[in-house]
Amino acid sequence: MTDLPAGIDRREFDGRRRLATRGDPVYGEPTDGEWRCWDAGRSKLGAMIEGGMDIELSESDSVLYLGAASGTTVSHVADFAGPTYAVEFAPRPMRDLIEIAAARSDLFPLLKDARKPETYSHVVENELDVLVQDVATRGQARVAVDNARFLAADGRLLLAIKARSEDVTAEPAAVFDEVCAELREGYEILDRERLEPYHDDHLGVVARKR
Amino acid sequence: MSDQSTGAGWFTELSPEADADLRAAIRTGRADAPADWPTAAVEQGFAADTDDYYETLRAATIDAAREAVAEREGADDNQLLHAVRAMDDATRTANELAERCHEWAGTQFDDAKPGIDGARTVTDHEPSNPVEKRVVSLATRIDDLASEADELRRFIERLAPEVAPNLAEMAGPVLAARLIALAGGLGSLAKKPSGTVQVLGAEDALFAHLAGHGGSPKHGVIYTHEYVNGTRPEDRGSAARALAGKLTIAARIDHYSGEFRPEIHDELDERMATIRARAEEGNGDSGDEEGDQ
Repeated sequence: MTDLPAGIDRREFDGRRRLATRGDPVYGEPTDGEWRCWDAGRSKLGAMIEGGMDIELSESDSVLYLGAASGTTVSHVADFAGPTYAVEFAPRPMRDLIEIAAARSDLFPLLKDARKPETYSHVVENELDVLVQDVATRGQARVAVDNARFLAADGRLLLAIKARSEDVTAEPAAVFDEVCAELREGYEILDRERLEPYHDDHLGVVARKR
Repeated sequence: MSDQSTGAGWFTELSPEADADLRAAIRTGRADAPADWPTAAVEQGFAADTDDYYETLRAATIDAAREAVAEREGADDNQLLHAVRAMDDATRTANELAERCHEWAGTQFDDAKPGIDGARTVTDHEPSNPVEKRVVSLATRIDDLASEADELRRFIERLAPEVAPNLAEMAGPVLAARLIALAGGLGSLAKKPSGTVQVLGAEDALFAHLAGHGGSPKHGVIYTHEYVNGTRPEDRGSAARALAGKLTIAARIDHYSGEFRPEIHDELDERMATIRARAEEGNGDSGDEEGDQ
């Protein structure tokens, strides 16, 4: 197993060694002192780390997070990362995300459509270290490629691809190949891994901007 | 404000104290490409240093998100319910009056035609006596009322996808609004079993059936959906059951999560293709009668 990025640790929760970060608990997760459990079953990024992928995420990296939803994963990222821009399109989960942002220092919630980066390019800075993407929409590769503009020259993409969002009828493996092929327009793929057993029909991808 | 200047940051030409302007800039501004905004903000004197910039950005994004959420959620199901009822009332009344107008106009003008369009041609006449004046005036009101019904429909088409994105995508905005109105709100629709959603709008037939008269209704207002009325009669029950099942799921996602989920729409398309394939097999009672999901 690869070394965990700084700011992430394994702690004992309910008799199991599980991922944890330091910060305010937000969704009733178990805690151990100042550490709070990062549930890989509720977080694709967490599942990528549990699955042994080298996500190359370091302490105080600047991050753009697309598809922040109610903020479960982004809250863990913001625990150890630097400035973190969290984009989410649906108002209801955004309500929870706002509360999480209010309790943290460098988390910026944006109610925007990840398919339209020009609507938040005036707020999100360039030269970011990491783009995390977990959006349940068709054209997930397109979204990643369009948002590469925010990344520094060697910036990384941590992507969770949901097969069912692209095509429910097709074989997930075929969908993943197709999405990865389109992704190569803007990225060099470093690693890809299915996220089972934590998330069915999802592929985790680590890539570097071209 | 920054929405006309595509190369500028959200803070350009704004004071860090102008809260309302900052919120508006975050919400409506755009830029073709990102830039090193923290450095630019310090250079332009908007912030003392980058820490100061991030602090202002944090407050402004939280405020802007709060405001945007409140606005989007203010697009509530109650307004949709009133709008669809008003549209139906306006349409029905306009049609009734158009019938009256046609009958009356026939005594005055040779070219009187039935319907809303008929009433609209009557408005072209220049009245030459008190009776014609009343008939033309009535026709003008009908024209207005029918136009209002059209406006209400356009309003519903805009509002429904905001209130219930999945339901509006699956049912179409107007049927989505009707289902919400019949259930008495999105929350009550989300709590109904799919068998109830299937016959919403067919209460007369349902109660007649329960009293022992006639068969159970196969569909209520969802009959207007192409997936029901475009399916051959012997498969319509299955189609209505499959559609109602997915509509119920769509309403629950809209009420409890609010996120758009493309996969449930694909699942319905797939299921409908299976049901309709029965017609091509030329076998009316083959297939899985229990197969609604």
